[in-house]
This record gives sequence, structure tokens and C-alpha cells, in this order.
Amino acid sequence: MQHGKYRFIAGFLAVPLGLYSVFVIWPFLQTFFYSFTNWTGLSPEFEYVGFQNFELLWDDTVFRHALRNNIVLLIGLPVLTVFIALLFAFLLNVGGSGAGVRSIRGHGSYKLAFFLPQVLSVPVIALVWLAIFRSTPDGLANSALGAFGLGPYGWLADPAMALYCLLWVLIWGSVGFYLVLFNAAISSVPRDLFEAAFIDGAGRASTFFRVTMPLLWDTIQTSWVYLAILALDGYALVLIMTIGPGNPDSSTQVMALQIAQAGFENGKAGYASAMGVVMFLLTLVVAATLLRLTRRERIEY
Amino acid sequence: MATTTHDERMKGQGAGGPSGDTKRQGSRSLGDVSVNTAAHFVLIVWSVIVVVPFVWALLASVKTTDEIFTEPWSLPGEAQWSNFESAWNWEDGFGQYLLNTIIVVSGGVVLTMLLGSMVAYVLARYTFPGNRVVFYLFAAGMMFPVFLAIVPLFFVVDRLGMLSTYHGLILVYVAYSLPFTVFFMHAFFRTLPTSVAEAALIDGASHSGVFFRVMMPMAKPGLLSIGIFNVLGQWNQFVLPQFLSPDRPMLAQAIASLLSNQRYRADWGTVFGFLTLAMIPVIVVYLIFYRQIQSGLTSGTLK
Repeated sequence: MQHGKYRFIAGFLAVPLGLYSVFVIWPFLQTFFYSFTNWTGLSPEFEYVGFQNFELLWDDTVFRHALRNNIVLLIGLPVLTVFIALLFAFLLNVGGSGAGVRSIRGHGSYKLAFFLPQVLSVPVIALVWLAIFRSTPDGLANSALGAFGLGPYGWLADPAMALYCLLWVLIWGSVGFYLVLFNAAISSVPRDLFEAAFIDGAGRASTFFRVTMPLLWDTIQTSWVYLAILALDGYALVLIMTIGPGNPDSSTQVMALQIAQAGFENGKAGYASAMGVVMFLLTLVVAATLLRLTRRERIEY
Repeated sequence: MATTTHDERMKGQGAGGPSGDTKRQGSRSLGDVSVNTAAHFVLIVWSVIVVVPFVWALLASVKTTDEIFTEPWSLPGEAQWSNFESAWNWEDGFGQYLLNTIIVVSGGVVLTMLLGSMVAYVLARYTFPGNRVVFYLFAAGMMFPVFLAIVPLFFVVDRLGMLSTYHGLILVYVAYSLPFTVFFMHAFFRTLPTSVAEAALIDGASHSGVFFRVMMPMAKPGLLSIGIFNVLGQWNQFVLPQFLSPDRPMLAQAIASLLSNQRYRADWGTVFGFLTLAMIPVIVVYLIFYRQIQSGLTSGTLK
């Protein structure tokens, strides 16, 4: 019986673990190994160069731009997305008319609309927004704002705006998912809790900050992590939407694009691996910071 | 309470209306009405911001390039159905890209579900040395961006002779989908009662027999959720095929390369025609199954 059990376990784990090792764990480990070499990726030969790649990275101004931009996205995307999604979830659940706490009419249709970007691929979304953000006065965004006497703006062609256009598209695409996520979490909270707060004279705003947010803390914490991972990517958006890609003036460079260019276009696989290591360290820092910042007592209900 | 200045900035409307109303709550009933109105207002504005770009893209697919950009808000003068024809015949042809995607995603999802459930089941239901190690090994895979390892991954796939092959891409998709699938199904198997499986074992069923005949049928709701998650995730996958399957592009890749191809030739009618062909099936499926899709995509994250 015991013998059969272990054979069964080994049999079930062998194939998936093998695949996972070859295509995930092994490349990840190799990134660390190659980051200390001058491997081009074009030929099998390479030499160990110690920390040379990392020293070069330190002086690489384009990479610094990329790092800085990733950090802007890392802060902006989770904060704004979670805030907007929470607010919408709150409006959906408590914004209904009538006495007490009611969910709003048309609840389902709002969710249906908001969630739509989530099911479409990044290239689809990038292309649509690329067309909207045309810098000519008759571009969609410019002509819409022009009706209010604003603009025209350069959008993706303006170094001061381009990164924020990308941030906007990321937020626009993410809010629906997190809204539905938070909404599911709110609906699992007993309604009495909101009713009680309401009867005690708490306004909607204080109900939101004092009751809803603490109860959702676990879900919010998970969301930070997923949004942070999303903010570290950004490759497809930058590739499709920006001039260059990564320009104007390196204002939309991101680490993912730098890795792809160094590793696949410029024959600097070792250097690209060093960037991968920096990305790894950044991920660890972000994860540790998030866990610290969001650590709270779990509330049971 | 800044009521998402973002959407208002986008629409160029003043922030006075909604935020002012939410703050003031004079008499309760009056306050209630205005809160309700403000809530609807904010939610409608965001719905418009989400939906209008897609509607606009659908309309653009039957316009000429000139109309798309010089009269962005007008309806097409005469519907340019030829946009769909040129989109359908672009390069390998839309049908070929669609077929590539269908083959890889169906292979990828079936294998992901099977292998992922096997790992999750073993980890959730059996104690053995190394159980925790294997679990954390998979869990760690959810934490790190693919880009961290994309360069070595390319060379691994290259050395195996699997670049631009269906089976190569399927195996890579499976490997990168396993972490979340294992994590999700692990939690799911833990919630299932043990008594049925124990009874089956006493009756002489083998361990794998119990898994396939007892546990998998019981796990159907979980399999459905994570299945939807994987179908959408793999269907929309862009980064992996972009580097690993350059000569046999998937739909998402084709959109990107069509764009970089047409950007300066300026045949945006074809671009939007292709986009629409790619988008419509997904939107139709979403409209039919949106409840299952929404809960499938979010339930895993809630665990």
C-alpha cells in the first residue's frame, strides 16, 4: 500500500514537474548564471566577466529611464486602479436609492460593461488606444477635448505625457476586473454590517473607509501583487503604442523592452540577463514592501 | 473624496457635480437621492469610456483611412466591406492565424488542466517528504514576470528545436499556466470531502482510479473556473508567442505585426477590419457567458 502510494505520487508529479523545470525553473536560474557572462546569444562561447554587466547597467542612462518608468507604473497602477475599483464597487453596492443600504439599479449591466477590456488581448487594446491618442487635432481624444476648448495635446508624441497615456490604458483595462473582484468580496460580507453602520449614523463615506475597506483588506493585498506584476511588464503596450518603441526621449522605456532589445536584437544576452536580475530584485523589494505596508489583523466575520 | 478625476478629465467635464454631492448629506432622503444620482452619473461616465473605444473601432472597420482620422466621430459614408476582405487575406490569412491559435490554445488548455489537477491533487491529499517544497516551487512561479527569463527560455526552446512549432508553444504555455492552476485546484481539492475517496480506496480502487473517476467529477465547478481562466489567458497570450513562435504567429501577434506593417503605409481600414474579425468572436462569447467568465476569472484570485 505505501509502496503503491509513492509510485502513484511520483507518477503524477513527474511530467508536470519535468515541464515546469525545463521551461520555467531552468531559464530563471540561467538568467542569474548568464548575468555574470559576456554571452552574445549568437554563438555558444562566453566568458565570465564578474559584475561588469551590472556596472555597465548602472551607467546605462536608457536603462535608468526604463527603471524609473517602471517604478512610476509600479506606484501609479496599483494605487489608482484599486482606488477607482473600490469606489465603483462601493457605488454599486451601497449607492442605491431608498432607505438603508441598497445596491444600485443596473448593477449587472455596469459590471458587464466595465469588465469588457479584460477579455480582449493587449494588442487589441493597444491598437484602439493608439488610434484614439493621435496627436493631430482631428484625433479622437483631441477632437473630444476640443469640444470643451481643450488641447490639442501631443499624447504619445509628447515626452511629458506619453508614459501617463500608457498608465491610463493600463488602469482603464484593469479597473473592471478589480471592480468585479471587490464586488464579489463585498457581497460576501453580511449586509447587516453595513446596515448597522448606517443605523449608527455613519455616512456613506465613513462606511466605505471604516467598514468596507478593512473587510476587504485581504483581497486588496492580493490585488496589489497582481497589479505590481502587470506594471513590471508593459512590453506589448510600449511595443505597439509608442514611437520608437520606447520614445520620445526614452520617456516610455520599460525594463521588459530593454531586455528584449538587448537579448534578441543587439546580441547582448548576458547583459539582458543582468537586467533580468535587476527586475528580479525589484520584484522582491516590491513584494516585501507590499507585505509590510498591508500587514494588518485579519478580520473575521 | 476625489471622485476619480481621471474619467472626468478624459471627458473634459467639471468635477463639481458628483464629488460635491457625495460630500454633502443634508437631510437623509434628499442626500439619498443625490447620492444615487451621482453614483449613476459616475458609473455611466465610466461605462461610456470603456465601451465607446470598442464601438468606435467596430465602426472604423467599415470606414476608409481618411474617414477614420479626419472625421473620427462621423458614421461611415459608404460601408467599406472590402476592409474585411483585405484583412482576411492579409499575409498568411486570418483563417491561418485563427487556426494556429485554436490548435495551441486547445492543446495548451487540455494539458494544463490535466497536469495541473494531477499536481494539485497529489499535493492537497497526500503527505510525503518534499510536498511543501513542490508547492512553494509552483507558488513562486506566480510571483515573477515572464520577462525575467525570456532570453534563456528562447534558447532552451531553440535547442529543443521547438521554435515556431505547435507542440513547443503548447508545452511552454502549459509550463507557465501550471503555477496558477496548481494553486487554484489545490485550494479546491482541499474543500472536497474525503469520505467518498476513502470509501472507493477501501473498495479496492487504485489511487489514480480514485482521481479520475471520483475526484475529477467532483471537482467540475473548480475545473470550469480555472478552465475559463486558462482559455482566455492563453488565447490572449502575446509575449510568449512573440518570441517563441515568430514564424507561426498567433492572432494577438498578427494584430501587432499587421500594425507595424501598415503604420506607415496607412491602410488603417485593413487594420481595423482585422481587429474587428479578431474581436467579435471574443465579445460574443463574453456576452453569452459573462457571468461564468467573470466569476471564473475572479474566483481564483479571491482564494
